[in-house]
Parts: sequence; structure tokens; C-alpha cells
Amino acid sequence: MHAVNRPSGAVKLPSSGNRARLAWIGRAFLALLAASAAYLIASKAWNEPILLVQNVIDGLKLGFVYALIALGYTMVYGIVKLINFAHGDVFMVGAFTSYFAVTKFNLHKWPQALFPGVPAGPSVVIGSATVILLSMLLCAALAVVIERVAYKPLREAPRIAALITAIGVSFFLEYFGNLQFVYTPRFIPYKSPFDTVGWYIQGGIRRMVPGQESPANAITFSNIFLIIMAASVLVLVVLQLIVRRTKIGVAMRAVSFDKPTARLMGIDADRVITFTFAIGAAFAGLGGVLYAIAYSSINTLLGIMPGLKAFVAAVLGGIGSIPGAFVGALIMGQAEALTMSYISTPMRDAVAFTILIIVLLVRPTGIFGEPDKEKA
Amino acid sequence: MEILNLLGTIVKMGAVLAVMLGLIHMLGRKAVWRKALGIALAFGVVQLAITLHFGDFQLFGDFDQGLLFQAVTMAMVALGLNLIYGFNGQFSLAQWGFYGIGAYCAADITFRWTNGDPRGLLVVGLGTILAGLAILGVRRAVGRIRGIPVLSAFTLYLLATVAAAAAAVVLGGLLAPSLAPLLGTASAPGLLNGALPRQAVFFLSVVFAGVFAAEVSFLFGLPVLTLGSDYFGIATLGFAMVVKTLMVNSDTILPFPEMKGGRGMIGIPHFTTWAWAFFFLLASIVIMRNLVHSSTGRAVLSVREDETAARVMGINVADSKLLAFVVGSFMAGLGGGVYAHYIGFLSPGTFDFIAGFNPLIIVVFGGLGSMTGTVVASFGWIFFLEGFLRVLLGQLGTDAPTWRFVLYPITLLLLMLLKPEGLFGTKELGFLKAPRIVRRAAAEAAAPAGRKEE
Repeated sequence: MHAVNRPSGAVKLPSSGNRARLAWIGRAFLALLAASAAYLIASKAWNEPILLVQNVIDGLKLGFVYALIALGYTMVYGIVKLINFAHGDVFMVGAFTSYFAVTKFNLHKWPQALFPGVPAGPSVVIGSATVILLSMLLCAALAVVIERVAYKPLREAPRIAALITAIGVSFFLEYFGNLQFVYTPRFIPYKSPFDTVGWYIQGGIRRMVPGQESPANAITFSNIFLIIMAASVLVLVVLQLIVRRTKIGVAMRAVSFDKPTARLMGIDADRVITFTFAIGAAFAGLGGVLYAIAYSSINTLLGIMPGLKAFVAAVLGGIGSIPGAFVGALIMGQAEALTMSYISTPMRDAVAFTILIIVLLVRPTGIFGEPDKEKA
Repeated sequence: MEILNLLGTIVKMGAVLAVMLGLIHMLGRKAVWRKALGIALAFGVVQLAITLHFGDFQLFGDFDQGLLFQAVTMAMVALGLNLIYGFNGQFSLAQWGFYGIGAYCAADITFRWTNGDPRGLLVVGLGTILAGLAILGVRRAVGRIRGIPVLSAFTLYLLATVAAAAAAVVLGGLLAPSLAPLLGTASAPGLLNGALPRQAVFFLSVVFAGVFAAEVSFLFGLPVLTLGSDYFGIATLGFAMVVKTLMVNSDTILPFPEMKGGRGMIGIPHFTTWAWAFFFLLASIVIMRNLVHSSTGRAVLSVREDETAARVMGINVADSKLLAFVVGSFMAGLGGGVYAHYIGFLSPGTFDFIAGFNPLIIVVFGGLGSMTGTVVASFGWIFFLEGFLRVLLGQLGTDAPTWRFVLYPITLLLLMLLKPEGLFGTKELGFLKAPRIVRRAAAEAAAPAGRKEE
């Protein structure tokens, strides 16, 4: 095989033969970790089962947003073997685009402004969809620009050079947004294009009255949760269709499998790569808008942690695998929600990175990843 | 007037840079008296500039001294990073985290000591020594077993270190009451809080901080270094973030109320003088130079060039990576200790990982694998960005700190795109050159193939 630049350590196979020797110590350590985590969750869940269900719902909400970002990570990594660090910041740009569209330009009200006869329901749906589509388009355009300016010249350079460049782009996006004339470094309240509707479950599903406390010991959820869930499942299906059923999808898989040969077969690899960046960024933009609506406050650094966690999710699921990224993101969401609730909020990042390290050590190819066939 | 001051600063900083280069040159001379003369001159010139007063006018004011000490600590941190990234090829973003660990560790020791609590020094000192012995002991035992999975080895090391740390806490708690009366209180310092013992405690605190950072890096690096280049980068980034999270919550999650969490630790004694800073910088340079030009150092270098080839030549790749990572982190810890006692105030914001790009840019700019380049770039970078640019942007009235963070990534991007080999490439000057005898021997033995381009 030609030289595919893989991290040599990541695919290091233990020397066969005495492989199992003393492996039990490490396994026992991991089992102990897992057991203590399970005990912690079980003991708390025993006391407050409602809280556990609520945590799972919160975790799902987080997980589906991570899934939207992780899809872009996994596709880009699958095709150019680059950890596209700026992906999380594209997500942030998506949130900001919708913020400006809503607060400055009232874009979500255009159907009613142009056609006053339109009833409120369809108007809100069409207006919000326009805002989301605009964010997705802008994010895709941004990603294409980033790819052209920063990554393309380094395609043949060592991978670390590209990674450093990606980190540079990421910080540039964050701190350029922080400048006084662009934006301020403060958190600001986000204005949603549509109203949040909450429900709680207590002897049947009941609608929450705005401005009123939800009753204690009731599971609550909102229309945003349902929209996020629907959107990410839809994205997953669309993406699978694109990758499996369309011409560009075949090209993507070919380039990801073997770029030089794909080139010889007449595939324009650069175009395919650009397309991959664009489509991943569009989904990140969608995620950004939904995240901002769900958590209702944004600032320019908001993309860092979700981006990193989505990357961890992609690795967990098996980087390069689209369903893997989805499943990994859901697991990450649960891990984070449970950590926040049962251990302590600041430790959520530590848990995410611990999961990353353990996954890479125990199963470097992730849950869905295939073991490397070509690597000797 | 401001502009005049600024020009003066530039001239002074150019002079300091020249002094450093002169020091490197003089150290490279063969005769011992020349080396000694070089050290004495380099130290003396700067010390004179700091102490001399002409009435109201001080040659090296507070601002210049601040830049000088920042540059010295930055040079130490960047030298360590150059060993990890430049010489060994492991892209690490954790260096800033180890710097922070060292700073907080050293600051806690001296802070407690000057306030009459010997537990900091006792626990950290005993802990680092015992943990070091434990690690070495486990290493001997593990070394006999071939093919032990890294996770199992990590578990053994972790158990040993935790046991050593627990023992240190117990022992320190037992020994502390007998020492406490000698220390006195903050208002009435005792016998062991005189000027000389304090300097000794400062020295110990910095060394222990370095060793502590090195031990943490050993435990962290053992599993993580097997991950491969870009996963390693992400994991180290995560480490830096977790370290900062712990700093912000040092009074809630960690049991250190004197660190005051996100509000920042105040009241650290200002022990760092130019003599100490110079001493630690010199020590770092000498350690680095002697390591890099030893056979171990060549093993470290060969791992960067080609891991597979290095393994074929019989080099223990995992050990080489770990060695570079641990020594590099040790220097970061030393730098942190020196920094904490110069600045007297530690806030977790200083150790935000965005600021961790400083040493990375310095190393890339100076040249990956060039110690001279790193030293020059450290001084130049601090003088330029912290001194010149900060004052200039402040004059223009914009939000200077944010602009700097916009300029960092652009600098990094331009560097990666335009001059990836950096200012010095892999060239060295004077003392930092490979010793000539070794080079001739190596030239005879080595194949004529040129070094692979990075």
C-alpha cells in the first residue's frame, strides 16, 4: 500500500504472543473505574429515579447537538486525516449568524412582513427555517474559505503542520470575534426565532405555563429538545443517503479510501474535499443555531468545548464512521449530563478527556471503526 | 515621551539579547576561565543595570525587569517544549499546564513556609522524593516483564505514586508540629524564617516544583504518549484544560484554600532575583545541551526522524518519548516556580491554554530543534509582544489584550505557511553546538545521507 499517514502509535498492535500477560492489571483498573461510576449512578438513581430520567433527557439533548458537530469531524477526518480544529468555531459562527439574523434583521418575521395574511403558525416555521438555512449556508461558505486559505497549501506537509494551522484558525475565529468592533467577549442572551414550549410529565403530559415554575419531581422537556432530536436524526439519514447513494458520496468514499488512486480514476479530489468541508460545516451551523436556542446565551468562545467533545465522540464511535459519530455523541452527552449532575460541573471536561484517553488505549479504532486492514 | 521610553526599552532589550548570545558564545570556549568569565560578565552586566540608579533614573525599571524575568521563564518553558516537540516530534499542548503546576506548587510551599506552616515543603518534598523512588522501583520491576500492556504498567505506577503521596501526607503531618515552632508566625518570624533559610526554601520549592511537574508528566505521558501524534496533541490540550479547571476550583474541589481558586493566589513572597533567575536559566540551558548532545539525546532525535527506523536500530522509542516529555515538563515546572516568585500573584487566567501558544510559537519561530533559536525567540518574543506591542496598542487605545490573541494565531498561520523551519532551522551557536569530537566520530560512523526535512 502507499504510505497513508496514520499515527503510528494509534494503530500499534501489542506484540503477539505474550500479549495477554499481565493485561489483567489494566483491565482490573478499568473495571474498577467503570464499577465505581456505575455504583455512583445506581445509588443516586435509586434515591431519585425522576432525576435520573431528567438527566438522561438533558444528556440526549446535549448528545444530539454533539452528534451534529461530530458528523463533520468524522467526515473530514475520514477524508483528509486532519483534526479540523476550527469545526467547533464554525459551530459558534452558526449560532452568531442566527443571532444577528434574528435581532438585527428580524429575518424570522419575513413571511409576515411580506405577506401579512399568512397565519402565525406557518410563518414561524418558514421564518425559523430561513434563519437556520442562512446559518448553514454561511457556515459552509466559511468552511470552504478556511479550507482554501489554510488547509489546502498544507495538504502535502506533515500532518502536525496542518493540525497547528487548524488550531491557529480556530483561535483566530474565536478572538477575532472578541474584538470590540466585531463583537464583545461577554455572554449575551440569545433571542430565539420561535417561542419555547415546555411540557412536564406528571400523570400525563401537560403543557407548562410560561413564567411558572415546573412542579417538583416532574420530568420536563421542551419543543427544542424534540426539534434537536428530529433534526439530528434527519441529518444522519440524509448524510447516509448522500454517502451511500449519490455520485459525490461514492467519490467521497473513494477519496477517503485511497486518494491517489481515486485521482487516477478521474475523481477531482480537491472538489470532493471542499464538498466534505462544506457539508460538515453546514451541519455544524445547524447545530450551532439549535444549541444557542436551547442554552439561550452565546459568546465567541462557545464553540471550543462542544467542538472538542464532539471530536471525542467521533473518536469514541470510530473516526471516519458516520453512525459511529452519532452513537459516540449520544454516549458523550450522557456521560456529561450524568457527571454534571452526580459528580461536579467543572469535572465534565475532565471526564470527556478521560474517556478519550481510555478509548484510544483500549480500542483505538472506536466502537464502529474497522481495524486497520492495510497497516502491517 | 512614551515613544522615547519605548525606544529605550528596545535598545535595552537588544542589549540583553546580545548578552545572552555572548553568554552562549563564551560558554562554548574551551578554557574554563573563559566560561567562568562569560557567566560572570553576563550576570554582572544585567545585575549592574538593575541596581544602578542615577538619581531618579533607573537603567532597568520595573517594566524592563518584568520583561526580563518573563523572558527568562519563557525561555525555560520553551526550551522544555523544544525538547518535546522540536527534538522529539511530540506535539504537546500540555506544557503550559505543567508550567502552571510548577508555579502553584512552588508558590504554595513558600507561601505556607513564610506564614509559619512547614507542611507544604515537607509534604511536597517527601512526596516528590517518595513518588520518584516508587516510580523508579516500579520501573525496575516492570522493566523485567516484556510486553506488559501500557495500561497495566500505568496502573502499577499510579498505585505506587498514590501510596507514596499518601505516605508523604501522613509523614509530613507528623513532622510538621516539631518544625512549626522554629518557623514562628507571619508577624514574628522564627529561626527558620531568616533570610538565608528562606532562600534555601525557595530553591527547594522551585526544584520540587520541577520534579513534581515531571512526575505528573510521567504518569500522564506513559499512557498518552502511545496514542500517536495528533491524538496526543488533543489529549495534551485536554490535560491543559483540566489543569486550568482544577486551578479555578482549587479551593472547592482541591483542598487548597490558600490558592483561592479563580480569584487568584496572592501574597507569594517575591524571592526571584536576577541571580536566581539567571541560575535557573543557565541550569536549564546546560541540562538541555548536555542531554541533546548525549547518546540519549541522539536517540530522542532519531525518534523524531523516523520511529520505525529508530526501533530497528534498537532504540527504545517509548522510553525516549517519555524521557523527552518528562525532562521538558521538568523545565516547565522550574520556569513556573521562578515565575511565581517573581510575579507574586497567580491567577488561573495566566495558565489559560490560549496563552500556552506563546511557547509553541516561540519554539516554531526559533526553529524546531534549535536551542539557540528558542532562547533568542523567547527573549525577542516577550520583548516584542509583551513590551513593544502592548505599549503600542495601549497607545492606540484599542483593546490590546484581545488584539494580541488575534495576532498569535495569524503569526502561527503565517509561520506554518511561509517559514515552517523557523528562524534558526536546526542551527546552533557557540556552547549549544554539538561538541566537535563527537561530531567527527559521528561523521565517520554515520551514513552520508542528509537529515530528512521536517
